Amino acid sequence: MGTGRTVLVTGVSRDLGRTLARTLAADPGIDRVIGVDVIPPRGDLGDVTFVRADIRNPVIAKVIAKEDVDTVVHMSVIATPGSAGARGTMKELNVIGTMQLLAACQKAEGLRSLVVKSSTIAYGASSRDPAMFTEDMEPRRPARTGYAKDVSEVEQYVRGFARRRPDVSVTLLRCANVIGPRVVSPLTSYFRLPVIPTVLGFDPRLQFLHESDLNRVLRHAVHEDRGGTFNVAGDGLMMLSQALRRAGRTSVPVPGFAFGGLGSALKSARVADLSPELVAFLTYGRGVDTTRMRTELGFEPRYGTDAAFCEFAAALPPGGRRAERVLGALAERLPPVDDDRPASLTVAGGPHG
Amino acid sequence: MGDAEIIPIGTRGQPGRGTGKRPSAAARGLAPKSGAPARKAPAADKPAAKKPAAEKQPDADQPVIATAPADDTPVLPTVAAAPARTAERGTSPLAGIPAGDWLAAFQHASKELFGDQWEPQLARFLAFLRRRLTGDYAVDEYGFDAEVTERFFMAALRPLAQKWFRIEVRGVENIPAEGGALVVSNHSGTIPVDGLMTMVSIHDHTGRHLRPLGADLVFRLPVVGSLARKGGATLACNEDAERMLSDGKLVGVWPEGFKGIGKPFSDRYKLQRFGRGGFVSAALRTGVPIIPLSVVGAEEIYPLVGNIPSLARLLGVPYIPITPLFPWLGPLGLVPLPSKWLLEFGEPIRTDEYDAGAAEDPMLVFNVTDQVRETIQHTLYSLLRERESVFR
Repeated sequence: MGTGRTVLVTGVSRDLGRTLARTLAADPGIDRVIGVDVIPPRGDLGDVTFVRADIRNPVIAKVIAKEDVDTVVHMSVIATPGSAGARGTMKELNVIGTMQLLAACQKAEGLRSLVVKSSTIAYGASSRDPAMFTEDMEPRRPARTGYAKDVSEVEQYVRGFARRRPDVSVTLLRCANVIGPRVVSPLTSYFRLPVIPTVLGFDPRLQFLHESDLNRVLRHAVHEDRGGTFNVAGDGLMMLSQALRRAGRTSVPVPGFAFGGLGSALKSARVADLSPELVAFLTYGRGVDTTRMRTELGFEPRYGTDAAFCEFAAALPPGGRRAERVLGALAERLPPVDDDRPASLTVAGGPHG
Repeated sequence: MGDAEIIPIGTRGQPGRGTGKRPSAAARGLAPKSGAPARKAPAADKPAAKKPAAEKQPDADQPVIATAPADDTPVLPTVAAAPARTAERGTSPLAGIPAGDWLAAFQHASKELFGDQWEPQLARFLAFLRRRLTGDYAVDEYGFDAEVTERFFMAALRPLAQKWFRIEVRGVENIPAEGGALVVSNHSGTIPVDGLMTMVSIHDHTGRHLRPLGADLVFRLPVVGSLARKGGATLACNEDAERMLSDGKLVGVWPEGFKGIGKPFSDRYKLQRFGRGGFVSAALRTGVPIIPLSVVGAEEIYPLVGNIPSLARLLGVPYIPITPLFPWLGPLGLVPLPSKWLLEFGEPIRTDEYDAGAAEDPMLVFNVTDQVRETIQHTLYSLLRERESVFR
């Protein structure tokens, strides 16, 4: 003891939080890992000490003081109510939970660093967005509802905390949509729909972060103690149409005005939750600039956006891909081409005409 | 009248041997021999006579290559179709064509399309199709899809640029071969066709892609917005402009915006206010040259003679255009008038000589903005003097 560090991780009942707590516990540089959540985790926690506590009440302060915690990783800002209940509970967990946690952290003398997992949803999505958001930019339209509002409020509290405790290094990680075979989020359940509705006439730009990269960046932040706000996302961007083609999914374009109604129908059927923020995202898309992640945080994601998506798509049930098979069969009858670049065609009016 | 003279037998006879209205039985028996060729002649002649005249007019969809096969096509169907129709009436048109014929037709079509090397060409084309279908291509961070832009958008716009508007480009040497540069142009024509034509012309003359900065409205509209992003456009805001310019891209901007494009025809070639000079401060911050571009000809494609402000407000667009052709001829009114276009790129205005804080100096920004504006306006006047007429 003494030389090592004590890390407290909130939100360990969820898969990403639990995995992080376990990997941190296996880390030789870290002495003790305490996992906190309202409900016990379903999976194996390994060497993690689990404390069943609600971060919405002051009990959390006692845990932090008693265990002499020096690093807090806040992972329980959630995008879906899931097992926690309805939207009201989710908001309370996100906002009030963060307030209580930060109040407890402010009292903790031994605290050295705070890592908060936020989301790029803080930038919103609209037609007036710049192509790539840097960390200094604000959303063009402040969020008024849902998860996006929670995130912006949580970030506001975190900034307030950073002002009041300048001795604590505060790392705010704005992560792009986390994706992976095991991730359950509004976006992954959208991609898991049997037929995927898209907004007619719009093709958003998407950016993904692989779940293992999320794990790595959080560990990196715990180890490095570089304070600041960072965008975290895999390299490159994908269009939604491109992602759907890669996954071989069938999609149905739905006019924008009908999309909201479809969303609530899907929600009441408990298939997917197309919240207004997600609809905005699926209409206009979003891109974030990750220069600061490389230069200041010194983190390099292993998976690019497309690699992360392809791994996720491989776990989905395979789609029809009929057109592709027909083309493949046709191509087999023709001599192979080593030059992948098509030569200029002499087709009147272009090959699509 | 012609019919009466052509049918010589059985008319004007006694009742019972033909009424004069209808050919008699004898006449009907003879008609195919004597009547048909005479009746057919004008029908066969008409398209043949008309086609060359139609060919003379520049056609928007027809690139140069298609001229050779066009000569024999009008004759073939009329001759071949007539006997086939009478002989096989009632059967499906697809029935009875053997598979071998299909294959031969397919091979012939492939040869027509791809030339003698049709097999590898077709294989390449299939590889391209497969790449598109499986999503195995890359877009840049603005959503620019280079492959689709070059092969579809440019290919579709090129005939319009070369044949319909007969664009003449001057001063291409003023566009740097590499590195960031900001092309600043006048805006006109009710619909931003001038932007598309500038993109094609720059790509064909320099091989570089012009990355246009578009208004917020472009990205709010369905289809238009996603096509614009695929074609390389992004939102006209300082963040994106500076990001693109510092990445060494060739960026195009139309600072007049809707004031320029939607001005009445009577105000043609009068430059409107150049925004707030945001493009100048972006160029100053990144130190890239500003290349003034004057476009003559775009004003006349859709002469804007009226506007419906109340409907425009209702739909949330800047204006609803009324042109001499537009709502009156329906979709035909959307065909742009074939004016002759001149594009002149002026001398680059260097911005790297100013010191670092120059972009924060509003007076300097205004001065450079005025300099760019004056350059474009004067070039417009001199180009207009040179032009023989609107259409030549």
